[in-house]
Amino acid sequence: MNRIQNAFKDKKAFIAFLTAGDPTLDQTKRYIHKITEAGASLIEIGIPFSDPIAEGPTIQNANVRALKNDVHTDNVMTMVKEVREEGIDIPLCFMTYLNVVFHYSYDAFFKKCQEVGIDSIIIPDLPYEEAKEVSNVCTQYGVSLISMIAPTSKERVKMIAQEAEGFIYLVSSMGVTGTRSNAAFALNLPDIVESIKEITQTPVAVGFGIHNPEQAKEMASFADGVIVGSGIVNIIANQDQDVEDAVYNYVKDMCAVL
Amino acid sequence: MAKGRYGEFGGQYIPETLMNEIHKVEEAYEFYKNDPAFNEELNTLLKEYAGRPSLLYYAKKMSEDLGGAKIYLKREDLNHTGSHKINNVLGQALMAKKMGKKRLIAETGAGQHGVATATAAALLDLECDIFMGKVDTDRQALNVYRMELLGAHVHPVTTGTMTLKDAVNECMREWTKRVDDTLYCLGSVMGPHPFPMMVRDFQSVISKEARAQILEKEGKLPDIVMACVGGGSNAMGTFYNFIPDQDVQLIGCEAAGKGIDTPETAATINTGSIGVFHGMKSLFCQDQYGQIAPVYSISAGLDYPGIGPEHAYLAATKRASYVGITDDEAVDAFEYLAKTEGIICAIESAHAVAYAKKIAGSMRKDQIIIVCLSGRGDKDVAAIARYRGKEIYE
Repeated sequence: MNRIQNAFKDKKAFIAFLTAGDPTLDQTKRYIHKITEAGASLIEIGIPFSDPIAEGPTIQNANVRALKNDVHTDNVMTMVKEVREEGIDIPLCFMTYLNVVFHYSYDAFFKKCQEVGIDSIIIPDLPYEEAKEVSNVCTQYGVSLISMIAPTSKERVKMIAQEAEGFIYLVSSMGVTGTRSNAAFALNLPDIVESIKEITQTPVAVGFGIHNPEQAKEMASFADGVIVGSGIVNIIANQDQDVEDAVYNYVKDMCAVL
Repeated sequence: MAKGRYGEFGGQYIPETLMNEIHKVEEAYEFYKNDPAFNEELNTLLKEYAGRPSLLYYAKKMSEDLGGAKIYLKREDLNHTGSHKINNVLGQALMAKKMGKKRLIAETGAGQHGVATATAAALLDLECDIFMGKVDTDRQALNVYRMELLGAHVHPVTTGTMTLKDAVNECMREWTKRVDDTLYCLGSVMGPHPFPMMVRDFQSVISKEARAQILEKEGKLPDIVMACVGGGSNAMGTFYNFIPDQDVQLIGCEAAGKGIDTPETAATINTGSIGVFHGMKSLFCQDQYGQIAPVYSISAGLDYPGIGPEHAYLAATKRASYVGITDDEAVDAFEYLAKTEGIICAIESAHAVAYAKKIAGSMRKDQIIIVCLSGRGDKDVAAIARYRGKEIYE
């Protein structure tokens, strides 16, 4: 059983997102340890991009902070390698935009992912129709390309679910990332999960907007896991507090309700 | 070639949330482009409202002064709203209306596309939200007020470099928030398929007219057709019907800013490399890790780090060539055209005028250049004055 399958085995998965190098790569490593200790099942690591079109202000600002610190693909890869050497064994997933991967060259990028211990990747600007150019290469290096399904996917759900690997990222609502009130979530999420389940055993995790235990619990009632990004990035953005403690407590509280 | 592809360029690199909607836009366009009623309505708007056909004007004084080729100006600056942007906007707005949409959103750089979109929205009773970089709302303040007069809501974009590329980012984000009743009325031959094709088709009226007009006036095709290139909509429209005419040279004039060998440039074909951004695979100004580079030009309309995929293809196949024109050369040409022909053109268009000015003298008198004058220059007067050290504010 690979790391991702294990993360969803017999439990609801809590997936935490943070932007690499926000505010520094060393701190990112420490946050990864804290998030793991607090009980997260999988960590998504954002490689910063200058123009993240699927992100709301919270994660956009994290990208700006990281890029100002000269964070780039190579030193993020090194950070992942180090954190693996330090004993982190939960699945790690990259989240970045296609140009970052394309420009590095698909072959070199995924070869590096395999070397440093990345299990999967999410690329929000790579829809099903364009995915082949990437999936052919990442499969070769044992990296799962995560498929996204949105409230607007409708008849596309079947087509996407059929080829999904690792886990399916179900987008909770319209728009970009960022914390939301409950009213903003799409009403058809349980139906979408049900139609995915008719096609595939691949677990489904819901993300975008989820930031408190009540919301996490609600989503986990019909999905296999929840993804939280802006909620964590907001804590990291406030460096006036003990961020490591704050992140640990937040993730622990979220995991407790799952 | 695969649908939506120009060689290796093009495609649909957008979030899943938008995929069903982009397919709807694709289907709608495939239907309406062949629908006689739609085309009749659009042609009536272009003729009665926008003022088409635009003139193909022989710039006699300029041609004689430069002492070489005959220079013709395709006067898109005389269209209603003062630029070529209206050609595309009327097409998209009419289609949006037929699709049952209630709202248009659009990015704008110099403000020309924003003004055109706000105009079409007013005419066709659509709501209108325009996204414009904060740097551009400052340097094109009059156009902001113009859009507001037309009933549009202008959103200054304060992320990233606060210019055209960031306005496009914000439009994409806005579209993912609200797709059902909204069409993203993209202003250039860029973005995901079908936009590069659809905008090119709506703009190709420029070369359709120009080709017939030059044959009527001169009895032969031009030697060179040139236009300025940011995203590339007026250039694509100016080139399109000349592409099969292998003897007609096509030249795009990019904004070199302070020079293509400096970091302060927006000359994408001359300095960029292949990448994937804003929904398309094309050429982009970017750093070694694929981060989109800040670009610079005196012209807010050419200040864009990418280029439409069909231009990337025309460059790769050498059917068109692309040259860099600096701020200095463009400002000189802006002033030159005003003094020589009595035409104040947009600073964007002045990039094409500058290249005509450079090469016409070395050509024979029986040769012909067509320059697309994509817009008028009223919006640029204050900025040019400041460039020349005169503190005039609008």
